[in-house]
Amino acid sequence: MYLYDDFDRTLVAERVVEFRDQVRRRLSGELTEEEFKPLRLMNGIYLQLHAYMARIAIPYGTLSSEQLRMLAHVGRRYDRGYGHFTTRQNIQFNWIKLEDLPDAMADLARAGLHGMQTSGNCVRNLTTDQWAGVAAEEVEDPRIWAEILRQHCTMHPEFTFLPRKFKIALTASKHDRAAIKVHDIGLRLHRNGAGEVGFEVIVGGGLGRTPFIGKTIKPFLPKRDLVSYVEAILRVYNLAGRRDNIYKARIKILVHDLGADAFAKEVEAEWLPIKDGPLALDPAVIADIAARFRYPDYPRLEENPPELARLRKADRRFDAWLDNSVTNHKVTGHAIVTLSLKPEGGAPGDATSDQMDAIADLADRYSFGEIRVCHEQNLVLPHVAQRDLPALWRALDAIGVATPNVGLVSDIIACPGLDYCSLANTRAIPVAQELTRRFRDLELARDLGRLHINISGCINACGHHHVGHIGILGVEKNGEEFYQITLGGRADEKAEIGALLGPAVPYAQVADVVEDIVAAYVELRERPDESFVQTVKRLGVEPFKERVYASH
Amino acid sequence: MPLIKNGRLAEDRYVRLLDESPIPDGVAVIVPAARFLADADEILRRDGPTGVEWPNNRKVAELEPYLDRLAVVVLSFPNFKDGRGYSQARLLRERYGFLGELRAAGQILRDQFLFLARAGFDALEVAKPGDAEAFASALARYSVFYQDAGDDRAPALRRRLARMAAVTPREMVR
Repeated sequence: MYLYDDFDRTLVAERVVEFRDQVRRRLSGELTEEEFKPLRLMNGIYLQLHAYMARIAIPYGTLSSEQLRMLAHVGRRYDRGYGHFTTRQNIQFNWIKLEDLPDAMADLARAGLHGMQTSGNCVRNLTTDQWAGVAAEEVEDPRIWAEILRQHCTMHPEFTFLPRKFKIALTASKHDRAAIKVHDIGLRLHRNGAGEVGFEVIVGGGLGRTPFIGKTIKPFLPKRDLVSYVEAILRVYNLAGRRDNIYKARIKILVHDLGADAFAKEVEAEWLPIKDGPLALDPAVIADIAARFRYPDYPRLEENPPELARLRKADRRFDAWLDNSVTNHKVTGHAIVTLSLKPEGGAPGDATSDQMDAIADLADRYSFGEIRVCHEQNLVLPHVAQRDLPALWRALDAIGVATPNVGLVSDIIACPGLDYCSLANTRAIPVAQELTRRFRDLELARDLGRLHINISGCINACGHHHVGHIGILGVEKNGEEFYQITLGGRADEKAEIGALLGPAVPYAQVADVVEDIVAAYVELRERPDESFVQTVKRLGVEPFKERVYASH
Repeated sequence: MPLIKNGRLAEDRYVRLLDESPIPDGVAVIVPAARFLADADEILRRDGPTGVEWPNNRKVAELEPYLDRLAVVVLSFPNFKDGRGYSQARLLRERYGFLGELRAAGQILRDQFLFLARAGFDALEVAKPGDAEAFASALARYSVFYQDAGDDRAPALRRRLARMAAVTPREMVR
């Protein structure tokens, strides 16, 4: 966990005072909605279809049990008893009244939570690997660098009015769980030939209406230069990024128009004069931030305690969950546990206040009080003793977050869509819900293996459909909901944009088409362990297209 | 347009010139960028302080040869969402060492005063005289800053270290 001190707490408290004043001015009519808009946006408050929506930052997806309890409280007290975890590792509340917002923000601030950097054209909440700090293969904990950048970018006087929003993701593992290649800046911590640890810097990735895979502009950036180099990228973008067309304003368009090499040269020219200035990271500053990440004092435990094997044999459901939702931890005798927020018929990423409270208690009992949020809209308990897994499983199962479908066909990522969002053209959640019903058979899901379905209710691509193994994009045609299907996208270290299957299909046919695609895959795969994306890579979309459109 | 200079309502003694108008002697003037560049040395040789109004889509590096002779640079904010002027201001102050008046003009909101001040502006053309009163409270709203921005507000990172260096070992134990 990262521990806030009085500096951090003071800033968050000052923000609440400012926000309370802004809401007062809005309610009294001193501010029009138009004038209020930029102010509320800087605190993560959107005006949605039915009400204001509050987006609360969960920096790099790490939460304490105390913070999760506070989120549960806000959901219960000011909303309708639930919250929605997003693909940016944040949480959204959909029904808070404007006059309640200052109190809700003040409550959140008591737990160090806020809505800063969650909307507007600024550097958004940073995201990283949900297994940061516990993954066995990791070079080092990327959250230290995420926190350094978080602080640097928070209310940055120069970069709060960029051409467009700006998203940074970090990873420190070979296997990229943070989708760094589809971010404005992706940072990969790695060790170079000389054994030093630094960053590969990737820029210009992104989804939305013009998807791009990011380009590497610096294969190895020393740690001390991280902040100054990011500052140089942001400055080049702030000055040269397009502002005439909202759809061409992201940095990916600038990088694409200039070319990655020319863009890199501009960054270099901007960077050299500031590289050795005050932004060069002093080792004492890095050490201070690192020291405020507290790690559990893990007990010495044996790997694979015998009671696990016993219960595996006795209970097939436990066995399935263990295979699916539990991962190796870097410390012997421990495990990383993923909690599925994708039950059959549920809205992806939703958790009730009661579930959040229960998970906070379980985190205290079994995971040193720490919880993570995944960009796949699930939660993680990162420090569980393997011997506690049976008890934890029973408790998770009882509150409905132990569906063993993590990474499988029913672990669907979806944006809020037309049910909540004022930008959406089509529904996304009901499509996801129907698909979880079609693919309720967990044996079948297991046989299909890794298969990510991503659904976006409009071209803004909040559901990351371009990088779904099966991507579903809702488009409106003459007042009716249609859905374009793409195949073969992926967001990991082999990131790729999915290829279009064919003409869009109406709402009522989406689930049938997805079932046909899945059936085609089963028929076409070379061997049982050839994954869906491998099959699409090998054959292209044609054989899928033939089968799907023949039957519709 | 009321002018806030160094935090107070101030009289604007500069005359804003258009592209075509003749440049009078002995008067403080602010000249549009293109006009200024076309005849910079001549304009600067004139008697009286000179300012230039610089658009936000032109590199401020072009101004470098003249900065020590310019009294004012006005940077424009065509709307409050367009933040190019913040980068231009920091470059003028920090890279090119401009010491004169750096003025923000256009659509600026009270809630941006602190950002503008931190980026190096010391003068703002605001919409209402009331904005001058709001200025002091806008600047006092925050006591903690997270980053170096070329102003004298020390970021929390450094304040923490300074505080740690200042505490006695006894306090650290506590």
